Amino acid sequence: MSGSTCDVAIVGAGIVGAACARALAAAGRRVLVVDSHLVGGGATGAGMGHIVVMDDSPAQMALNRYSQRLWNELADQLPAGCEFETCGTIWVAADDEEMTEVRRKHALFAEQGIETFVLDERGLHEAEPNLRDGLAGGLRVPGDSVIYPPTAARWLMDRAQEHGAELLLGATVVEMDGRGMQLSDGRRIDAAMTVNAAGSLAPQLTAGLPVRPRKGHLIITDRYPGFVRHQLLELGYLKSAHESNADSVAFNVQPRKTGQLLIGSSRQFDSETLDVDPPMVERMIARSLEYMPGLEKLSAIRTWTGFRAATPDSLPLIGPHPEIPGLYIATGHEGLGITTSLATARLLVDPLLGRPTAIPVEPYLPARFLTAA
Amino acid sequence: MSDATEQLIDVLVIGAGPAGIAAACEAAASGCAVSVVDDNPDWGGQIWRAQRREGTEPQAALWLDRIERTGVQLLRGMQVVGSKGPGELTAERDGEICSLRFGKLILATGARELFLPFPGWTLPGVMGAGGLQALVKGGLPIEGKRVVVAGSGPLLLAVAAYLRKRGAEITLLAEQAPLGRIIRFGLSLPMSKARQAVALKRSLLGIRQKNGCWPVSAEGSDQLESVTITNRRRRWTETCDYLACGFGLVPNWELAALLGCDVRGGRVRVDPMQATSVADVYCGGEPTGIGGVDLALLEGQIAGLAAAGRTGEARQLFPQREKARKFAAALDRAFALRDELRELASSETIVCRCEDISHGALRPFTSWRDAKLQTRCGMGPCQGRICGPAAKLLYGWSCESVRPPLLPVALSSLAKTVGGDSDGV
Repeated sequence: MSGSTCDVAIVGAGIVGAACARALAAAGRRVLVVDSHLVGGGATGAGMGHIVVMDDSPAQMALNRYSQRLWNELADQLPAGCEFETCGTIWVAADDEEMTEVRRKHALFAEQGIETFVLDERGLHEAEPNLRDGLAGGLRVPGDSVIYPPTAARWLMDRAQEHGAELLLGATVVEMDGRGMQLSDGRRIDAAMTVNAAGSLAPQLTAGLPVRPRKGHLIITDRYPGFVRHQLLELGYLKSAHESNADSVAFNVQPRKTGQLLIGSSRQFDSETLDVDPPMVERMIARSLEYMPGLEKLSAIRTWTGFRAATPDSLPLIGPHPEIPGLYIATGHEGLGITTSLATARLLVDPLLGRPTAIPVEPYLPARFLTAA
Repeated sequence: MSDATEQLIDVLVIGAGPAGIAAACEAAASGCAVSVVDDNPDWGGQIWRAQRREGTEPQAALWLDRIERTGVQLLRGMQVVGSKGPGELTAERDGEICSLRFGKLILATGARELFLPFPGWTLPGVMGAGGLQALVKGGLPIEGKRVVVAGSGPLLLAVAAYLRKRGAEITLLAEQAPLGRIIRFGLSLPMSKARQAVALKRSLLGIRQKNGCWPVSAEGSDQLESVTITNRRRRWTETCDYLACGFGLVPNWELAALLGCDVRGGRVRVDPMQATSVADVYCGGEPTGIGGVDLALLEGQIAGLAAAGRTGEARQLFPQREKARKFAAALDRAFALRDELRELASSETIVCRCEDISHGALRPFTSWRDAKLQTRCGMGPCQGRICGPAAKLLYGWSCESVRPPLLPVALSSLAKTVGGDSDGV
């Protein structure tokens, strides 16, 4: 076979590509998804899998919140293997200064209609007895969830395939524009439109995309059910993780439905291999132990890394490429791709279908970076 | 921690079985400072476990005596858990992490048993053949217990003979390979090997032995009560207290892979000097392909000589190694696993014991990594050491990926442990 034709060709079978495929196929488009590897085999499979509302910017918060609502609507349909669990998040405040931030966040979330609870030192201890004594308190956000990303991506892709989408795995796209894709084996895919959902690899196919790989490490432990009950994040998380170009770590522990704990997090630019970096792991563990000393005795069974697709303003790129007709972009989700995948699909697809979008799309349009100065 | 772990070791040997002992002897005889690491408390590895106490095998006695005379230090009860870059491994002993810095490294990490899933194989009382032998050597009372020994390979004979000597009642020794193949193999043996075989056969006199039959299920409510055996024509049931079951051996290639050595087809690739694809890292014995004690000793010697720079002497051992490799290949053909063994598991049979993943759940996947991502198969504490080889045989997947740490370690130790390759979950 020399090639194929479809309405929409998507490169990338991660959770973002899968969500877009599902939305487009459900709308009756003939969709083809191409990936050089597996469904959910890249950043999706390497990630933690939280569905969380972060508030580092109003646009980030709006997208997270919208997408979380979409996940909650799906929750009943998700199979047990997706391990969707609304365990809630606790933002942990180490001192009084961070408690001021807790109260600011509480007020902000209340304005947006999100229920949260301010915890004092005792309240925090009752909620998470394994945190160290002497922490100032925290903010409990009961509506946040965790999910196992590879199976969630697979489930979204299965729904797309039920609507007739085709999946081409093990095929590498070497070139794409708005009218199709060229594969490394010589095949050509013609399409009425294309979507670049290739995560941190997206700039290799679309020149000029302001996306850089930002490496992250994770550690998983053996099973310790009940050791941690909520997803725990230090309030310094945004400070230390998002707002700087330097290598950073932040305390982030997540309970999985299996009883295992996922321990993060690290952020590094300019690391080109997926090798585990001992100094980063060392810093990550040291940070975790500062908050939760009891972790030191738990058995760690595996460490790994992955590449987040980071943009300069920490917002994803969603929508048409301003200069290449037919080419759409859906990448740059950094550490929030699992949360925002469903909203990304809707913001991409609703305009195509002539529907109004649930939230304004402007903050996420690739044109904010790609329009000629 | 021991002083040896703080200094630079000329030649560091991982594994104190036959290959590791032979490598250490040669390297030490060349004047190198040598240390050997093993997770067991004594020399011998799996195959010569407790031989220093029992002293029943002349070949073992010879080498154990030789290694003791070299004065080479054995870092006992120590497990390698990671790598921090070229020339440095991290190891754990008694919950403490230490660093091992070396000039040359010889991997002699041996092999483990191959387990194949069949209904009931996870019942208490169903054990690895070598595993049960090790437990009995460690003090498990076996006298008067009824044991079925089943599976494949010469190890079964040795295990049956040993267990009987320790008072077990071996109700059946079931070898899956057909008798004809074993006889042809026996006739092809050189005189020395034939003598060993006859001696082994004599030690098994009176044990009910059947070829061309294999276990299809193990039964019991919460403890093994019986095993159902088939020879394809008929099925029958044997009551027993233990099923000692193993389908041969698989190489321990994980450390080599963690160091970035070329590992393909489930074994570590080496050049004629036993050098791996990574500079200054050698490998000998079972990790390069299952070959038995004689081949392990020769590969160990060659690796030890080569690491010490005595390549001329190493070369002189090539013809003997070639002969041992031919014998290993013939053994491999004689005990090749029959296709029926791939059909033993039912849909409900657990394949990955750590994560409780069944045969039915794994069958639809096309690759080990896809199955891992979607089911968590092979992602529990054993990191696929048990189910990986089974999945390879059942589904034809290549399962050669490894993530640090090599073995679970306390989180407080992990920071000092990690390094090496990683490519996702």
